[in-house]
Order: sequence, then structure tokens, then C-alpha cells
Amino acid sequence: MTMKESMTRKLETALSPVALEVIDESHLHAGHAGWRESGETHFRIHVVADAFAGKSRVERHRMVNAIVAEELKAGVHALAIAARAPGE
Amino acid sequence: MSIQDTISNEIATNDVVLFMKGTPQFPMCGFSGQVVQILDYLGVPYKGINVLENDQIRQGIKDFSNWPTIPQLYVKGEFVGGCDIVREMFQAGELQTHLTEKGVPVKAAAKA
Repeated sequence: MTMKESMTRKLETALSPVALEVIDESHLHAGHAGWRESGETHFRIHVVADAFAGKSRVERHRMVNAIVAEELKAGVHALAIAARAPGE
Repeated sequence: MSIQDTISNEIATNDVVLFMKGTPQFPMCGFSGQVVQILDYLGVPYKGINVLENDQIRQGIKDFSNWPTIPQLYVKGEFVGGCDIVREMFQAGELQTHLTEKGVPVKAAAKA
């Protein structure tokens, strides 16, 4: 399973999001620190879920970071996160 | 002094601290560079700490904040967030308010 697939699966299971995009942006960082030939190093996550309602930005990011903690340890070098509650 | 003590000391003795890759003059990462641009735009005095110069701080700050990525912004000893959060707060005008409320002078009040 790719990093993208495993992060997508975990976020779906944990958050039941109404919208979710996991975008591999590694090609935009070619040659930068943390980048590898094989890709799957730099990701952007757009996620909309009820679970974020009433939570601060830091709390939302901590939730997402915790869900994909294994991937962050296993080679995902950078993660841009946009976490919203429905209607925001 | 342990690395955790060193970090505590930095954020206690400097009002605004940015743990970043590279320096404010030469950011070595686009995410760190974005936060530098915002702080510079706001005219906020801050201390940049280059985690690439010290592996202990690079890992230590992740443990300290329980936050897996760099950059990390601290204001008056409190963790504010990483690049996405700082940018969202800035665009909403909340970063300026947060700094002012904490007693940190902000030059530019306008939004981006």
C-alpha cells in the first residue's frame, strides 16, 4: 500500500470525513531536503469532518498528525493540512 | 542543561521564537520561509532558531511541542502552530490580534 493509500484509509476510518483529499505534492519539492526519488514525501491533506467542529486549529492538526503518525515516521517528510468542519 | 531545558529557556526568554529550517535571512524550506515572510511583514521582532544546525533541537522541539513538523512558532512561551496555522491566522487577522493581546508590538495591521 502506498503512503497515500494508507493515510487516506486511516483518515476515512478515524474521521468519517464528508470530504477528503490526500494530494502527493512530492514532485513540487524535487531535490529539496527530505525528497526521495520514489516520491511520497510531501503531502497536502484537505479534510472536512464533523469531528473538527468546536476544535481549535492546533487541536485539529494534532488529530490529523496523530492519525498519520506512522506515515510521518516512515518517510512522509512534510504535511500541509487544511482541516475544516462542515460549513466553514 | 538538557535539550528540553534549552528549548524551555529559549521560549521563556524570547517573546517570539520561530523554530525553522535555515535562518530568517536564508530560509532553507518553503514552509519556514512563509512564516518568516509573515513575521517580517508584521514587523514583529523574533528569534529564529535553525534546527538544521542542531539535530538535538530538531528532534527535541518535535517532542517538546508534540508536533511532528517544522516550522513551529511560539509567542510568549505558548505554541501557536506551524506554517498552515500561522498563515490561516494571519489571513484572518487573528495572528495580529494574538500578538497584540500578548503584548508584542505589530507594525502592520492590514491583511495580506
